Order: sequence, then structure tokens, then C-alpha cells
Amino acid sequence: MAEVEVVSPRPLILGDKSLAQITADICAAMLRRPSALWWFGFLGALSLLAVGTAAVTYQVATGIGTWGLNTTVGWAFDITNFVFWIGIGHAGTLISAILFLFRQRWRTSVNRSAEAMTLFAVMCAGIFPLIHMGRPWLAYWIFPYPNFRGPLWMNFRSPLAWDAFAVSTYFTISFMFWYLGLIPDLATIRDRARPGLRRRLFEFFSLGWDGSFRTWQRYETVYMLLAGLATPLVVSVHTIVSWDFATAVIPGWHATIFPPYFVAGAIFSGMAMVLTLMIVARTVMNLQDFITVRHVEVMCKLILLNGSIVALAYGTEFFIAQYSGNPYEQFVFLNRAFGPFAWAYWTMVSCNVLVPQLLWFRRIRTNIGLVFGLSLLINVGMWFERFVIIVTSLHRDFLPSNWASYRPTSIEVATLLGSFGLFFTCFLIFCRILPIIAMAEVKGVVAHERAERRKHA
Amino acid sequence: MSGRVMVGIFQDEDDILSVTQEVRKEGYTILDIYAPYAVHGLDKAMGLQPSRLPWICFLLGLIGAAAKIWFEYWTSASDWAINVGGKPWNSLPAFVPITFEVMVLFAGVSTVIAFFMVSRLYPGRRASTVIPGVTNDRFALVLEETDAAFEPAEVRRLLERHGAVEVIERAEESLP
Repeated sequence: MAEVEVVSPRPLILGDKSLAQITADICAAMLRRPSALWWFGFLGALSLLAVGTAAVTYQVATGIGTWGLNTTVGWAFDITNFVFWIGIGHAGTLISAILFLFRQRWRTSVNRSAEAMTLFAVMCAGIFPLIHMGRPWLAYWIFPYPNFRGPLWMNFRSPLAWDAFAVSTYFTISFMFWYLGLIPDLATIRDRARPGLRRRLFEFFSLGWDGSFRTWQRYETVYMLLAGLATPLVVSVHTIVSWDFATAVIPGWHATIFPPYFVAGAIFSGMAMVLTLMIVARTVMNLQDFITVRHVEVMCKLILLNGSIVALAYGTEFFIAQYSGNPYEQFVFLNRAFGPFAWAYWTMVSCNVLVPQLLWFRRIRTNIGLVFGLSLLINVGMWFERFVIIVTSLHRDFLPSNWASYRPTSIEVATLLGSFGLFFTCFLIFCRILPIIAMAEVKGVVAHERAERRKHA
Repeated sequence: MSGRVMVGIFQDEDDILSVTQEVRKEGYTILDIYAPYAVHGLDKAMGLQPSRLPWICFLLGLIGAAAKIWFEYWTSASDWAINVGGKPWNSLPAFVPITFEVMVLFAGVSTVIAFFMVSRLYPGRRASTVIPGVTNDRFALVLEETDAAFEPAEVRRLLERHGAVEVIERAEESLP
């Protein structure tokens, strides 16, 4: 009989590190002087943020007439950016909650930063509906509160009201999830820090965590509960975003396929952004042992899966429109592919359908530089998807006398750039002041792998 | 409390698991275990009861959902009813999304607050870590020296047999 050969899987964390080494490595990444690459990224992001802040100040002071919107195209850049950023956030929750429930151990190297990404992305997303209101200081009107106008309550039947609740709940739960995961690590840093302000801050935010196992047991329970709550929550958030469109009667929007189509697209774009950030983080912070090629490869496979769902949705949408017998639907889709915005449509198709096909090849999945490039292209493609859905459906609807075109003004472009500035500024600061890898969770994974290896040895 | 405690310090997950099972079998009282991460299966070895926090999550979620559905009905159909596009006053299906969101919000926030309360975690609390290193790479098993039957020397041997790198005896006041 041939001998049975036990093929041990490649380790998740390279270098066979001890527990103390894990702490030391991850803390060292924060304590080292920031690299030139970090400064380059940070200053770049900060200048974009400055541009965006100037643009937002100007448009709030002047009014949203500074945008390229018209009576036909009432939603364009702003809502595109909103949906784009919300979608980015969803991958963070996928990694932190859904993969936790599926017991995917590789998530521990990336979940902390993916969750932070979610928070920053939702912050960026929130800006757009806020400034679209024109009078952002009255934003609290979207929540029901006792008022002197009756009290006149808000309309709970409106998807825009649902959206306000969904996004604010999503932000709150994501924040708590992220903070809860941070507490043990904050305590670790507190116990290593020299006395001083830094230590006092960590003392304050670690809430007196002392590693008691009675607390650990409750912590695990709460973590599981939050993961269980966040999973349907994340699906509901993008479902509700899709209802902003699907409950309208505009051809191209009024489709039952929207919720799953949007959720898959959100995770697709978010995973691409996670990859972009992880590749930056591992290079800039020297964490190649923790975020390995294996992690990158697994994420590429998730992108491929979600990209395929998105491609299927594009096909289904187009087919059903032609099959519907509804001339408006038929026209909108032909107009998307061959009308004045065909360039945007085909950018979307090539970035979201063709580019991910390269990820079938292992050679490409394990080539970090190439994956980085692909992830950027997918980000571009997913931004264009939202642009195509929103603008092409609106600009030529039922009556040809209503038809109009749309082009963004410099203010709108500056606001988009500013949101990227905000996102990367926050992320790069986060990389410097907090452990971007969940130390306590990685320790559990490493100990588990070591035990498994001992069992096989 | 006047008692003394014995602290066994370990550096391996397997050791802390096996020693916990052993001291429980011998009938010693485990005050607590301190660990740098959630060791899988240690709660069972310690004999901890499952946490009751899921009940908080369930009940508060239920309360949140019920309160919200009532509020939406009351505002839209009773207090100041407005005809929106001829839709029924009580548009129950349209109330579902926000009800769901509020349910999740209530359940999540209350579970975390309840966790902080039962574990007495709050900003400004001084962490009384039993030994330095439990938040890094050490596991500490804290046993209560209960009565005359507790033979420090014997227990020390037991702990060392399971790979304790250090065993400390100290008065209980100095512990959390």
C-alpha cells in the first residue's frame, strides 16, 4: 500500500511566530517612523481632502446649482458616489461578520482594516446625500422627532427614509463591532506603552480590559451576536439602497433584480477596495508575513465569484428588458449600450466582466502587482456601473422632449476627489495609531494551526 | 477576604487547557483565568455557564421592533395621517424595512452595553492585570487557597507538571 502523505496547507501567518513575536511585529509597524511611501500617500490624500473641503464649502454656500444637474437628470454624480462608497463598505462587513460565521480563519489578518475601511467608506457615503439636500443643516428632518408643525411626521413609506435608517444603523453597528474587536488589542498596547499621554489614552479606551476569561467568554458571545446581526443588516442596507431606484417607475430602475444585483455588486467593489488597501498596507507597513499571498489569492477568488454574479445580473437585466415587450425598457438598455453614454457602459462591462476573468489563473492571482492593478480597474468599473444605472436611465426617459444630457462640473469632480481624500487620510492615520491587524485573533489562529500541525506530526 | 491565592503562569494554550481540566477534577476553586486571546474550549474546561447575553439581544431586538412598528402605525395612521399617493394609512409592508433596522440597532447596541455592564468594563477603569504579559503571551490560572485541604506544595507540583513557567502565591487583596 502506498503511504498516505499528509499535505499540510500553507500557513496563514508566515515565519512560525510566537505569541510575543506577533505582538511585537504588529506594534512595531505602528511605532516605526512612517516610511516615505506613507508620507507620500498621506500628503496626497490630505491635499485631495483640502480640495474636496473647498468644493463642499463653496457648493453649500452657493447652492447645488453649482452641479451639472438639470430637470431631467436630477441625480448623477452625488448619488453615484453615495452608492459607490456604501458598496465599498460592504466588503468590510462581509469579512468581519459573514466570514466569521463561516469560520474562515484567514479573515483575521484583514478584518480589522476592512472594518475600518467600512467606517470610513460609510462616512464618505454619508456626505453625498447630506450635501445633496442643499441645506445640510436641516438634515435632522429625515428623522422623526416631535416638532411644532403639527407634529407632522415623516413619510415612513419612502425608501429615502428607509435609507437614512439603514445607513445610520449600519454605521453604528459597524462601529461597535470594530471597537469591540479593538478592546483586547488596545489593552495589549496599553501594557506595552511607556507612561505618558499615549498610555493614558489607551488606558481610557481599553476600558480596563484585563484578559479575564470570564470576560473573554462573554466577549466571544457578543462578537458572535453582532456578526449574526451584521450579516442580515449588510444585505438589508444595499437592498434598501437598490430600492431607492427600484421603487421608482423609471425604465432601467424599476426592476425586481435590483436587490441581489446591488448586494453582489457592493461586495464585488468592496473586495476590490479591500485588496487595494491591503496591498498598500502590507507594503507601506511591512506586514508581508501577516497579509500573505494566500490572503490575496483568497480575496481574488471572492472577487471572481461576486464578479460572476454581477456579470450574470448585467446579462439578465439586458435580456429581460428586451423580452419584456415594454418599448421604454427596451430603449433604455439599447441606449445604454449604444447611446451617448456607451463609453461609460463599455468601461463598466470591460472592467467588471472582462477584467475579473483574468483571476481564473493562479499565476495572476499570486502576482501582487498585477492584482493591485486589477483591483483598481474593478473600482473604476464599479463606479461607472452606478453612473450608468443612474444617468443613462434618467437622461432619456419617456418623452423625447424631456431628453437631456449631463456632464459633471468641476465642483462635482472635486467633491468626488475630496471623498477619496477623506477616505485615504482616515485610513492612513488609522494605520499609524491603531493595530491594523487583530492581534488577539491572529494569536488564536496561529495557536490553532500549531496545534493542528502537532496533531499531524 | 483574607484568603490567599496561587497563580500559575503558562505559555502554551495546550498547557492551560490540560491544567484547567486537571485542577477542576481535583476539586480546586478556579477564581479566573487570564489569557491573551479567547482560547477555544477553555470555557468548557473551566465549567463556565454559557452567557445569558443572547437573551438580552433577543428581547431588546423584539422590543425595538415592536416599538418601531407601533410608532410607524401611530404616526402614519393615527396621530397625523397624511395621504401619500393614495396608499393605505397603515402601509404595513412599507414599514418593514425601518422596523428591521431599528430591531438590529436595539439588539446590537443593548447587547454591547449589557456586555460592558456585566463585565464591568468602562472608560477610566484601572486594569488590574494579574501578571504583566497576560495581554501579550502569558496565560495565568488563579486558584483560591480555600481550606486546610489545600496543600500549596502539592498544587505547585501539579501546576509545574503541566508546564507552569512560574507559580506565585499572594494575598487575595492584590488581585482584581
